[in-house]
Amino acid sequence: MAKIIVVTSGKGGVGKTTTSAAFGTGLALRGHKTVIVDFDVGLRNLDLIMGCERRVVYDLVNVVNQEATVTQAMIKDKRVPNLYILPASQTRDKDALTKEGVERVLKELSQQFDYIICDSPAGIERGAQLAMYFADSAIVVTNPEVSSVRDSDRILGILASKSKRAEQGDTPIEEHLLVTRYSPERVERGEMLSLQDVQDILRVKLLGVIPESKSVLQASNAGVPVIMNDKSEAGIAYADVVARFLGEKRPHRFTQHKRKGLLQRLFKTRDEEEAAL
Amino acid sequence: MTMRLIRNLFKPNMQRNSAVLAKERLQIIVSHERSQRSQRADFLPALQKELIDVIAKYVHIDAEQVKVALRQRDEFSSVLELNITLPEQNKENTTVAEEEFV
Ligand SMILES: Nc1ncnc2c1ncn2[C@@H]1O[C@H](COP(=O)(O)OP(=O)(O)O)[C@@H](O)[C@H]1O
Ligand SMILES: [Mg+2]
Repeated sequence: MAKIIVVTSGKGGVGKTTTSAAFGTGLALRGHKTVIVDFDVGLRNLDLIMGCERRVVYDLVNVVNQEATVTQAMIKDKRVPNLYILPASQTRDKDALTKEGVERVLKELSQQFDYIICDSPAGIERGAQLAMYFADSAIVVTNPEVSSVRDSDRILGILASKSKRAEQGDTPIEEHLLVTRYSPERVERGEMLSLQDVQDILRVKLLGVIPESKSVLQASNAGVPVIMNDKSEAGIAYADVVARFLGEKRPHRFTQHKRKGLLQRLFKTRDEEEAAL
Repeated sequence: MTMRLIRNLFKPNMQRNSAVLAKERLQIIVSHERSQRSQRADFLPALQKELIDVIAKYVHIDAEQVKVALRQRDEFSSVLELNITLPEQNKENTTVAEEEFV
């Protein structure tokens, strides 16, 4: 039986797909058979981030509608053994997925995999609710920014009331907070909510912190999940997240600003100023 | 150059408070939204019990004859349904109260 993990946030553009790709790849790198399912119907993007966009033949909607089998629709990753991707459809029909259909597909995947990662669409409506409905565990991706934190709180409310586990009175979905695009320098300047601030408000156990990092864009340009770049802070932070999820104890990294000398501060380059904006 | 030098010196102090302000605003709105959320489900058993008590003052009634349900109508509103069966007249009296629970 697989563990079903939803990567969710409410707000769009906070790093769900980046996280789904990195986290799923990380689990597979650790030897767990993993499939990442793109639930963002109409806005398929996981395939690009994973670098398999030209290998898409069938998609999740085809499988739900029984026009293709999961085996036909899944794409096996060429770099990492044990890793598969089930792409989203590009249909405009928002109601293309049914609860029964999704349940059947997840049941089938459960028999073959250790972990099923569901990359949720943005929003708190049907699409996002379907992605989380059958989850055992949730990674709530939050940026240290007011609207993202508020939306995460609303998502936590939905996880606790509208999931299958909630409706059936089972043990609740395990909740994990992942703060991404964190900039310790801006926190130190008082311009950005700190980790502690976000935790004080959401009161969910912190799974990890991913720093704002240029390597994330580079990774998506290349179609290689950022966790495969072990020189990048974001890649290292994602590897820590996977280890923690699997029960290892690891201190949080990249949460403190590396102090610069006064001279360096005064003669900050234009580049650094812009990066800080 | 000189301008940037001066800006870099003073900028930290000028912006120190915006994260504090963000946190304060979030704490208020999030706790407000949470209390609204929890009200939705939590008040139902109490409401049902109080209704039974009130009705029982006037007619003989069993607990099972009062049914209270909250149905989500769409993303923004819910319908509160009260279904009270009065045994004497053997007729069903249904009240549907609609309320917005945003
Ligand atoms: N840690 C990070 N540092 C820098 N950019 C990031 C980081 N995480 C995500 N991004 C960028 O943010 C944008 C949105 O990310 P994405 O994963 O597509 O979000 P979502 O799936 O939540 O809409 C992308 O351009 C991505 O490259
Ligand atoms: Mg996405």
